[in-house]
Amino acid sequence: MTTLEKAGPEQTDATRTAPLLEVRDLHVEFHTRDGVAKAVNGVNYSVNAGETLAVLGESGSGKSVTAQAIMGILDMPPGRIPKGEIFFRGQDMLKMSGEERRKIRGQKIAMIFQDALSALNPVLSVGYQLGEMFRVHQGLSKKDAKAKAIELMDRVRIPAAKERVGDYPHQFSGGMRQRIMIAMAMALEPDLIIADEPTTALDVTVQAQVMDLLAELQREMNMGLILITHDLGVVADVADKIAVMYAGRIVETAPVHEIYKAPAHPYTKGLLDSIPRLDQKGQELYAIKGLPPNLLRIPSGCAFNPRCPMAKEVCRTDVPPLAAVSDTRASACHFWKETLDG
Amino acid sequence: MAEAILEVRDLVKHFPLTQGIIVKKQIGAVKAVDGVSFDLYRGETLGIVGESGCGKSTVAKLLMNLERATSGQVLYKGEDITKLSGRALKAVRRNIQMVFQDPYTSLNPRMTVGDIIGEPFEIHPEVAPKGDRRRKVQDLLDVVGLNPEYINRYPHQFSGGQRQRIGIARGLALNPEIIICDEPVSALDVSVQAQVINLMGRLQKEFDLSYMFIAHDLSIVRHISDRVGVMYLGKMVEIGDDEQIYEHPTHPYTQALLSAVPVPDPESREHRERIILSGDVPSPANPPSGCRFRTRCWKAQDKCATEVPLLAVPERFKGADSPAAHESACHFAEEKDVVGAA
Repeated sequence: MTTLEKAGPEQTDATRTAPLLEVRDLHVEFHTRDGVAKAVNGVNYSVNAGETLAVLGESGSGKSVTAQAIMGILDMPPGRIPKGEIFFRGQDMLKMSGEERRKIRGQKIAMIFQDALSALNPVLSVGYQLGEMFRVHQGLSKKDAKAKAIELMDRVRIPAAKERVGDYPHQFSGGMRQRIMIAMAMALEPDLIIADEPTTALDVTVQAQVMDLLAELQREMNMGLILITHDLGVVADVADKIAVMYAGRIVETAPVHEIYKAPAHPYTKGLLDSIPRLDQKGQELYAIKGLPPNLLRIPSGCAFNPRCPMAKEVCRTDVPPLAAVSDTRASACHFWKETLDG
Repeated sequence: MAEAILEVRDLVKHFPLTQGIIVKKQIGAVKAVDGVSFDLYRGETLGIVGESGCGKSTVAKLLMNLERATSGQVLYKGEDITKLSGRALKAVRRNIQMVFQDPYTSLNPRMTVGDIIGEPFEIHPEVAPKGDRRRKVQDLLDVVGLNPEYINRYPHQFSGGQRQRIGIARGLALNPEIIICDEPVSALDVSVQAQVINLMGRLQKEFDLSYMFIAHDLSIVRHISDRVGVMYLGKMVEIGDDEQIYEHPTHPYTQALLSAVPVPDPESREHRERIILSGDVPSPANPPSGCRFRTRCWKAQDKCATEVPLLAVPERFKGADSPAAHESACHFAEEKDVVGAA
């Protein structure tokens, strides 16, 4: 188990002892007609206040399922959490009652989804939906809630908030809708925000606007942010530390600067080598061979071994533990030393 | 310069906006493509980039004559495709094929892979006589890196990357000269994206194909393209070879677009200059007068509202032996390196 801490003078002893959120050995499985799909297989990570953790992975790596387990919005059944703990400010949320969790959800931990159009209710005005947060959680009157909604829309820089508060989601552009999602997540000033691919559906110029806004609000309110994404570019721009996931496991964790310079896991290395760069004209791209594994039949040993250029016999039999590479880094590879050296 | 295989001249597509149910009255038009001209040379890849709604996909459809142009010409070897119909159109389409974005919806789920890839032969039986088709399909599967024994499988038995290979095999079936790719890899995971991009590069060399590569991901476009055109609101705003566009852009929109792309290198986040555009893309039903980008441009002056800038080599760079001397539709074109190329 490795806990990454952001080094910095602002950190007090209290935050060091108990991170804002800590996930320990989390397992999630889904019972399907074809068998048990093991989506998450022992994930550990932690986030402190004011810190941005990027969870990087491809589709099916378990990054979104972990987030849903933290939020408590997994469909159970078919989902099941056979093992694991999720501590929020030192308390295990998986042991809480539904009532207690509801108090945390929205007020303490909020989530931003990828597709704002399907996350917003199309038949209610955005003002009503924003105001709902205050009516339900703080018992404000309709009028006060609407005033608060306008204030929020101003805060995420939606032009002419007063006039637009009665508009419906389809009347906004994609970027504006994502701002409304951010406003909704920020409404109750949570301690932690989980953003699941918040800019994937947006154009690059709008993506830059939205990521800037998110980073600014995070700084202002000293929130923890878990950014779930597959985009290595976005990660490099905003994250403090990274957790790379593959087949439901974390294969590497590191501070952002180090991982791009020298990855310590062949999967991370493969990912970094396989993206075309804006500032370089390459020849042939490096391609990781093969396909991501079927979660019903995860390969024995290291799940990445069938695609790994360094795989040896031990990789097919023994699951590599997440071993410490340095004080702040860890890699789940039998040959992390060789990988690190290139 | 190489021989132009496709010449596009002043291509216009307006979608009428109508009012009334029984008596339809035209009240305006969405100017999706509004006067676009470019050439596609034999054996090259022309990348087209732009944000959603800029008209890049409509251009693709116009080139295939899937959508009738309002005015303008598409000359394939000197013959205007937009005027063709029936047998003559069918003959031209044999040489221009398309690969679509979404490998999940562009393959018929009820047809086997063999039927999907073999379908073009039904329409153009002269390419492969009946008895020969099965072998041809298996050859095609082999060419795109799929097991020829998969010929009787259905699309749902394949992953996203494999399905895109099937789409490419179908595009190749008739030995076309031009393949129009509309966001061919944007639905794929990073590690699979590289495989498909490499495959497309290899096929281009092998079959001497010309690609028109439409995408919103500027890094991928740079990787694969010889020349790049940038579109904004139905107009081509800048076009040139990859070095001219990426390292010496002269149009402010291109500069903003490039600076907004997140670079997968955390070291660059401190020293990279970012141009964050304000606002959203205006509606193509009611585009701004003069230069269409002026509402979001930081250089806009009175002249920009009255005079439409033409796509030409800017006066100040004319005759200069500099990479900045390429076509750019801006009154105040000037060079700016935003990528910080190594």
